[in-house]
Amino acid sequence: MSSSVAGAVSPTRLALRRVRRDRSARAGVALVVGLIVVAAAAPLLVKLAGQDAYTYHIDLLDPARGNAPKGAIGGVSGDHWFGVEPLTGRDLFSIVVLGLRTSLFIAVVVTLITTVVGTLVGISAAYFGGWYDAVVSRLVDFLFGFPQLVFMIALGIIVPGGFPRWLLLILVLSVFGWAGLARLIRNQARSLVAREFVEAARSVGSSGWHVVTRELLPNLLGPVLVVATMAVPGYIGAEAALSFLGVGVPPPTPSLGRSISDSIAWVYTGADPWFLVFPGAALFLAVLGFTLLGDSVRDAFDVRLRRAN
Amino acid sequence: MPDLAWFVVRRLAAAVLVMLALSFAVYLIFYAIPADPANLACGKPCTPDRLEQARHFMQLDQSTIQQYLNFLKGIFAGRTFGDGTAAVHCNAPCFGYSFPLARPVTTLILERLPITASIALGAAVLWLIIGVSLGVVAALNRGRPLDRLSVGFALVGVASPSFLIGLLAILVFGFWLNMVPVSGYIPLTDSPVDWAWHLVTPWLVLAVLQAASYIRLTRAQMMEELNLDHITTARAKGAGEARVVLTHGLRGALVPIVTLFGLDLGGLLGGAILTEKVFSMQGLGDLLISAVAQLDVAVVVGTTLFSAFLIILANLLVDIVHGVLDPRVSHG
Repeated sequence: MSSSVAGAVSPTRLALRRVRRDRSARAGVALVVGLIVVAAAAPLLVKLAGQDAYTYHIDLLDPARGNAPKGAIGGVSGDHWFGVEPLTGRDLFSIVVLGLRTSLFIAVVVTLITTVVGTLVGISAAYFGGWYDAVVSRLVDFLFGFPQLVFMIALGIIVPGGFPRWLLLILVLSVFGWAGLARLIRNQARSLVAREFVEAARSVGSSGWHVVTRELLPNLLGPVLVVATMAVPGYIGAEAALSFLGVGVPPPTPSLGRSISDSIAWVYTGADPWFLVFPGAALFLAVLGFTLLGDSVRDAFDVRLRRAN
Repeated sequence: MPDLAWFVVRRLAAAVLVMLALSFAVYLIFYAIPADPANLACGKPCTPDRLEQARHFMQLDQSTIQQYLNFLKGIFAGRTFGDGTAAVHCNAPCFGYSFPLARPVTTLILERLPITASIALGAAVLWLIIGVSLGVVAALNRGRPLDRLSVGFALVGVASPSFLIGLLAILVFGFWLNMVPVSGYIPLTDSPVDWAWHLVTPWLVLAVLQAASYIRLTRAQMMEELNLDHITTARAKGAGEARVVLTHGLRGALVPIVTLFGLDLGGLLGGAILTEKVFSMQGLGDLLISAVAQLDVAVVVGTTLFSAFLIILANLLVDIVHGVLDPRVSHG
């Protein structure tokens, strides 16, 4: 169902037009597209560099300096574009781009899951109301002010050793992630449910499913898109934080958070601060890019987001 | 204020219910694990006999429901494992007993709590001050450089992972400029000055990042408030600008700020856990992470529930403040 009225431009097209005009939006879009291309082509880029993330290059380390990389800027060279990791001599460029790939993959999958679940739960709570709505609202309230990080760490103990950790990360982040969107969508949908066009659809005997998918959902597309985009940087940060604490993606799979955590000792001793700079910059750019994009999508759709109800 | 008292009682009852439901759920989840804690305590060689003994001693041979009831009883009355000379006591409030560490979980938590709490509380105070004052300044200088600076600062703050900024702060202020200590925790009771001095960087890192969303919120709320009729009335009656902004404008903006603060409490604890790792302080996060690595279920469950209870209690306080600030909340 198109929401355009005669002579008017559809909200989606209007939003696209606004994004094109906004400078920080363009920067955000460029950054995000660039990062996604790098992440998607990471294995290819690594091959292009003639490296991999697992081979040790002990000969590139300086035993006199506690096995920090030889040479300036962490051992940057034509072979090793970002230098090498101290202690092991693994290629840092490979680690950073493959780590970025892991981060973005987890963040995007979690965003998809939480967006679908949050939207469905939010709309159904608003549409059906009653005790179902009450239970959902309580649950959401509860999940909101919750020590999530503590739980995410704690859950590590009950997962069998053979269970893939990246899948665990996706599950854990999803379990805690849907609540925010569900609350927002519920509040927005509740005001829609009372409107005439929904009433009209109901009165001609449309099924609940029809009303939800054909009347409510198209009208909520803007807010859903905004919250989904704004959620991505949060998940990138959360994944990195868990890996940083040592309960995320296990070695030897490259991970930005774990590299940053490994770099602490080298930063403290001043032996190789570059080991922090490259993964740190990648993580910062990823979070910044998606934040800029999220902000511009919000401005474009002109949705007033309230974190509280 | 009978309304307010009734409101507090209702909220208190709800908080207790949530705590009960949560602790039961946690018990069901964590005691369904395949790894048997008794296996670790049993030692080698672990004969079936000794394993059974260990399970009995640790009260793991009882049903999950019974174990949960024991846990609840422990919180209020303490509990005892085993009997005779081998008996182990865990005084109330007992959040479980760690057999690998041979210590009550409550003691372990209380040893680590001051570190995490010092980081969290100090940061919260700082971020409220920074966030609200910068937000007010931005709203009053709308569109001018000061406003743009605050908004830009807010964007960077929202975008930065705390542990990354923490490491950069250590690198720049700790190592290059040699201004602040880079790690370690000094107990408040040893020396309040050293305590604060060692916490300045962690506080600033956490506060600056969190302040960002408060700047945005305060700015938006203040701009809305300052356009309302009662502000115009106050101005018309000749109230000074400072009085208009602080007593009339800010008061209206306070309610959403308190709401946001309540929502951020869980994140505050998480942020403190990340920060303590960055600054090499052994707080609650360290206790929890090493317990996970050692399969010490009692400590994991105890710490998790303790932090959850803490957050629920803090939320209760925020709710009550909310009710006092905005009478509509407690009447509703």
